[in-house]
Amino acid sequence: MSVAVQLGIIVVYLLVALAVGLLAYRLTEATAEDYYLASRSFGTLVLLFTTFATLLSAFTFFGGPNLAFSAGPEWLIVMGALDGVLFAVLWYVIGYKQWLVGRRNGYVTLGEMLGDRFGSPGLRGLVAGVSLIWLFPYVMLQQMGAGEALVGLSDGIVPYWAGAALITAFMILYVVLAGMRGVAWTDTIQGLFMLSIVWIAAIWVLAAVGGLGSATGSMLEARPDFGSFGGGLYTPGFIISSAITIAFGVTMFPQINQRFFVAESGAVLKRSFALWPVLVLLLFLPAFMLGAWAAGMPIDVAEGANVLPVVLNEYTPFWFAALVIAGAMAAMMSSSDSMLLSGSSYFTRDLYRPLINPDASASREAWLGRVGVAVFATLAFFASLLRPGTLIEVGDTAFSGFALLALPVICALYWDRTTRSGMIAGVAVPQIIYLALVLIPTLPRSFGGWDYALALMVLSAALTVGVSLVTSPTAESDASRFAVAGD
Amino acid sequence: MRRSRRDLVWIPILAVLIVFAVPWPLWGVDLVVAGLPVWIWWHIVWLGICSILFWRFVASGAWERGMGFDPSVEGGDRP
Repeated sequence: MSVAVQLGIIVVYLLVALAVGLLAYRLTEATAEDYYLASRSFGTLVLLFTTFATLLSAFTFFGGPNLAFSAGPEWLIVMGALDGVLFAVLWYVIGYKQWLVGRRNGYVTLGEMLGDRFGSPGLRGLVAGVSLIWLFPYVMLQQMGAGEALVGLSDGIVPYWAGAALITAFMILYVVLAGMRGVAWTDTIQGLFMLSIVWIAAIWVLAAVGGLGSATGSMLEARPDFGSFGGGLYTPGFIISSAITIAFGVTMFPQINQRFFVAESGAVLKRSFALWPVLVLLLFLPAFMLGAWAAGMPIDVAEGANVLPVVLNEYTPFWFAALVIAGAMAAMMSSSDSMLLSGSSYFTRDLYRPLINPDASASREAWLGRVGVAVFATLAFFASLLRPGTLIEVGDTAFSGFALLALPVICALYWDRTTRSGMIAGVAVPQIIYLALVLIPTLPRSFGGWDYALALMVLSAALTVGVSLVTSPTAESDASRFAVAGD
Repeated sequence: MRRSRRDLVWIPILAVLIVFAVPWPLWGVDLVVAGLPVWIWWHIVWLGICSILFWRFVASGAWERGMGFDPSVEGGDRP
């Protein structure tokens, strides 16, 4: 009975989100700039929350508390430092300039921006292709998260595949129907919803276990090592490499990077940047501490299950637990629909049109973008059934893959002397090496807690600069495309 | 483009903000204050400080001068 009510709450929540998307769809104009960027019209609240909700995925909402539960609350520090501070600074460093040149030259995607600057459809396609490769595991991650969430909530009555299938269906429906405006509107609602619900959950659980001091006290009784900073999994190498690869990786995520283009004004960008650390902290603190406190609670978390739903089922009414899971599903959906939307713009604008069919009509392009979304999400769904690793492992792989793009892009944005060959070498070589490290299981991924991706990031910068210095700019490249001096 | 030397002070400030968002000086400390490990309080206070200093940074216009961009040409981008 209660499982049926819980499922009902989740489905109703997803339908409400869909309704908001449809409302926004009615306002969407039939241009790519409006479908993908909502005509660059976002104010502070919408920009802040759409970036926020897009960033918060299954990785944050379930993976985070799981890790805090098994390894200690230091995960709060890792994620706070990288998402709250390092990402914010990178957002300003990369995003501000991208926003300026994007507004001036009408760019919709990262690949388009670089392709135009260097006069190279090949570079454009390369950046889009690399991005789509790493987007795949990240979409999968959301489906895995949703599947596991429903298993946890329903005590296994709803099988894993059904939860994953449910979110896949909603994701596809959503992106096909609504564009960026719809996605951003629901993101804003969902961001506010998640933020309030997770605080209510924390207060509810704390009240049930006898307050903050007693929750921390029982946590330390069960796991004395949780009280001291560092130790166990959390070596300096792990903290630094996670923080750097994830923060740089996030800036190159198609769905995050595309949001660099959408601010209505510079003032919006500045307000969002300054509010960001506090907003991030407000969500991470209750979510991850709930996971850590759970270590001292008399609950039974099955192997591979998510800790958050178990805690909520134990200490809060079943309808409230369902609301939180709905919030988490919403987090995954708002990440996934943004990913698929951005992925579809990368595919149609940077790969299909320039390389396969330059004469495609706008309606053919729009149709193809939507079919692409359905195919991509369905393939990721089947891959997610294999469950190739934990949420954190799958997420980390994708983050590092994207992080390898960041330094060449910063180079292109700020150094006029960057050449096309420098960019292609700086993007392609580290990607090939990293793909080999990921796909060949016998090769090691880290050395003493330090992720090899960090070394590959250094390689990407060295190759971009080095090859640029020994080659000369091609006739088609035009550094003035990225100039921002008042003209 | 005045004040460009004073703008450089933001580089060490931002670097310190990023580096010490992780409470390195409290490595291995297991003191609990007001119901939470003390290094979690450090992090909470630190992110608050970040917000305040980020605000000062964007208001200073240092980054625009660094990019060679003059917001007054493109209309009021002041926060």
